[in-house]
Amino acid sequence: MDPFDLVGAEPGPARTVLFDGRPVPALPGQTLAAALWADGVLAWRTTRGGGRPRGAFCGIGQCFDCLATVNGRPNQRLCLLPAEHGDTVTTQEGHGHADLEV
Amino acid sequence: MLKRTPYDVVVVGAGVVGAACAYYAARAGLKTAVVDRGPVAGGTTGAGEGNLLVSDKEPGPELDLALLSARLWRELAAEFGERVEYEPKGGLVVATEAAGLDPLHGFAAAQRAAGVEAVPVAADELRTLEPHLAHGLPGGYLYPQDAQVQPALAAAHLLRASGADRHLGEAVTGLLRGPGGAVTGVATARGAIAAPAVVNAAGTWGGELAALAGAHLPVLPRRGFVLVTEPLPRIVRHKVYAADYVADVASGSADLQSSAVVEGTPAGPVLIGASRERVGFDRTLDPRVLHRLAAQAAALFPVLRTVQVQRSYRGFRPYLPDHLPAIGRDARVPGLYHACGHEGAGIGLAPATGLLIGRQLTGADPGFDLAPFRPERFERFEGAEGES
Repeated sequence: MDPFDLVGAEPGPARTVLFDGRPVPALPGQTLAAALWADGVLAWRTTRGGGRPRGAFCGIGQCFDCLATVNGRPNQRLCLLPAEHGDTVTTQEGHGHADLEV
Repeated sequence: MLKRTPYDVVVVGAGVVGAACAYYAARAGLKTAVVDRGPVAGGTTGAGEGNLLVSDKEPGPELDLALLSARLWRELAAEFGERVEYEPKGGLVVATEAAGLDPLHGFAAAQRAAGVEAVPVAADELRTLEPHLAHGLPGGYLYPQDAQVQPALAAAHLLRASGADRHLGEAVTGLLRGPGGAVTGVATARGAIAAPAVVNAAGTWGGELAALAGAHLPVLPRRGFVLVTEPLPRIVRHKVYAADYVADVASGSADLQSSAVVEGTPAGPVLIGASRERVGFDRTLDPRVLHRLAAQAAALFPVLRTVQVQRSYRGFRPYLPDHLPAIGRDARVPGLYHACGHEGAGIGLAPATGLLIGRQLTGADPGFDLAPFRPERFERFEGAEGES
């Protein structure tokens, strides 16, 4: 069953965000994490140590597992960011701050 | 009351000091139990940064203890190594203004006479050591003996290696007493654990445990906050702190003090401390303190302005009025030993404390002057205060 039917939702028209260069639809009010989940994407980061895939875990901003690079800024929590038209989400490898290493 | 297997010693407290006591007691051949009302590293140990410092200590008994402990940590690192995230990274103390350089030189000269390695760092060498440091800082000192561990891992591995029986989630409600008032074990919510010796490694709560034996030990909580950044590559190589930190540590004031203490971790986040204030066991988040810590750290490392803080945590250092821990046999209560009150230095001082307690428990010569750490030294102190 379509969850939109269950709650009688009538969302406005979708906007488009880019995930690793690919267009992904996002409904108004959806977070980037929700938009990616709805599109079947479950992982958008790899861990620093083992390179293992990570996506949303807690979904409420506490666990910092759902980090990715958004509009060029690394370590953004996708579960908290409302999807805005034209947002670019890039899969983040590790900490995303290689430029700062000394 | 249920009697369990008799032990040679019961250690109260499963923080890093209790774990070190258990480790060295077991190594000395003693059958050991560790009891804690919470989990391993559930108190101050789990709220620390894991600093093993000689750099912040003036010549005296605490520095001697820290130097002994630094050697023991190197031995332990050979056994536990990466599992406790031991990093012999060295400390870098930075003067924040030109007027701060002379006191730093004087402090370091006295420390060197006491066996500390302290290498002066000129202004133009600072950024070679720490490329992200702010421009224009007047100079500092490198302390190669400073190191770091992950404190909860350190406590857990010491405890596991001790082979001691663990009674976790089991609060001590009283002390068993024998002829002449000697302590003969502990009473807990689940029964009794008998042993001819009890070690008080209850940290910030050590005063309460001492009180169960009728012994006065004025351990007070000294609150500190730590900021945790997002995971980063290595942007801070050493443990770096502002020279003002030494004065903060030594202060007896109850008021808020804070100075920048910054270090990276193997896991990625940078830890930012350090604040001190005596507000009892109040766990309330205080945004003023967090702002100060962030501003002071960013003044040392401007790059931190571009990264996010993920969270903060806080804990309560076990503070004794003369800033020295209580270590050793309690002359007032036969069978009772103390290993608590290490304030913010408990991770660093834990192995030496455990080693010396182990030697006392087995009747060996401690080989170290424990007189400055006598647990009963506050009897007269309190009396004097009462008269004033």
